[in-house]
Amino acid sequence: MKEVDARGLSCPEPLMLTAEAIKGTKEPVKILVTEPHQKMNVEKFAKEHGRKTTSSEIEDGYAVVIE
Amino acid sequence: MNFSDSKKKLAIAGVVCGLVAACLAYFGNPANMAFCIACFIRDTAGALGMHQAEVVQYARPEIIGLVLGAFIISVATKEYRSTAGSSPMIRFILGMVIMIGSLVFLGCPLRMIIRMSAGDLNAWVALIGFILGIATGVFALKKGFSLGRAHLTNKMSGGVLPALMLGILILATATTLLKASETGPGSLHAPIIMSLVGGLIFGAMAQKSRMCFAGGIRDVILMRNFDLLTVIGGLFVVMLIFNIATGRFVFGFNTPGIIAHSEHLWNILGMYAVGFAAVLAGGCPLRQLILAGQGSSDSAVTVIGMFVGAALCHNFGLAASGTSMNAETQEIVAGAVPFNGKVALIICIAACFIIAFTNKREKA
Repeated sequence: MKEVDARGLSCPEPLMLTAEAIKGTKEPVKILVTEPHQKMNVEKFAKEHGRKTTSSEIEDGYAVVIE
Repeated sequence: MNFSDSKKKLAIAGVVCGLVAACLAYFGNPANMAFCIACFIRDTAGALGMHQAEVVQYARPEIIGLVLGAFIISVATKEYRSTAGSSPMIRFILGMVIMIGSLVFLGCPLRMIIRMSAGDLNAWVALIGFILGIATGVFALKKGFSLGRAHLTNKMSGGVLPALMLGILILATATTLLKASETGPGSLHAPIIMSLVGGLIFGAMAQKSRMCFAGGIRDVILMRNFDLLTVIGGLFVVMLIFNIATGRFVFGFNTPGIIAHSEHLWNILGMYAVGFAAVLAGGCPLRQLILAGQGSSDSAVTVIGMFVGAALCHNFGLAASGTSMNAETQEIVAGAVPFNGKVALIICIAACFIIAFTNKREKA
């Protein structure tokens, strides 16, 4: 699975990287972020683009899998 | 409760913050300043003796409340994260730029909205510059701009700025060490406890709603997302109603007594620098205080940059003056941006361009 490590990046970089990663592909993508609001933004962005997400807490942030 | 997952809740957060600002203006904060991050950091820097402009020295409890409010709510809701390491000294410079731009215009983005809601057309002119500055920042982001990653750090590090703010509060209330203006804007303030509680509420709401004045416009330009703009809309509407209801709405340019000037080019350039620097730093002055409260040492460094920038503004005569009325002749004395301020602002904008196009995101 393609993985995008956006941990520690300032807004709006995590969302820009997410947009880039899911553009033109239906393959699942895993996005790693640090802040709770970044996790929510990624989930919301995926939902707006008709994709489902599953999130889990990792040691230094969150992993959001976009399917 | 999450305030950022629907437009309705975001608008409510804006309304609550608008009510806080309106209350503080009603109970004594300077006319149309109400709740200005740049002005209040400048006043606090003055209280600490970092500059000697006697009319703008007062440890504003609002600033202290914002940081502590964000700190408390983020700890309570497990969103506190002590992070550091994303180009701190570049952020320090961006903090200085934000403050110099703000004091050339005479207000941060929050106060620009408050001034707009009071009919001050200068603020509407400055909005053009703010949007252009944000658009330039967005262009840089699209070209790959990044200040790099922050990393989790020792838990105590993120708590240092909140602790320092608490220290200023203790010094302000229990000692006579801090300076306090006897005349001018610094002497106008709501009761301390009200300002502090207002700051705590504003800080908590801003933390939960991710309120950001640069982010609101940035998201519209970058991804046609209007969520954060909703918060600003809520705040604007409340302040508009308050200003009209209390007779504070004065439509026009060159209005004496409201701490504003009508040098259009410099209003535009001042807010251009603020918008540009705020996008590069990842948030407006308010957002920097909130992020610093929830543990970001990088944002704390930006805040310190704003303090130093404020001190320089008054030590080197960079800050603009507001249009006023000559008490004897009853003539209007137009406010202006001093020569030093114009030079400093041009240097600031040049610095933003250098920062924007020399810091690239590492390849994933």
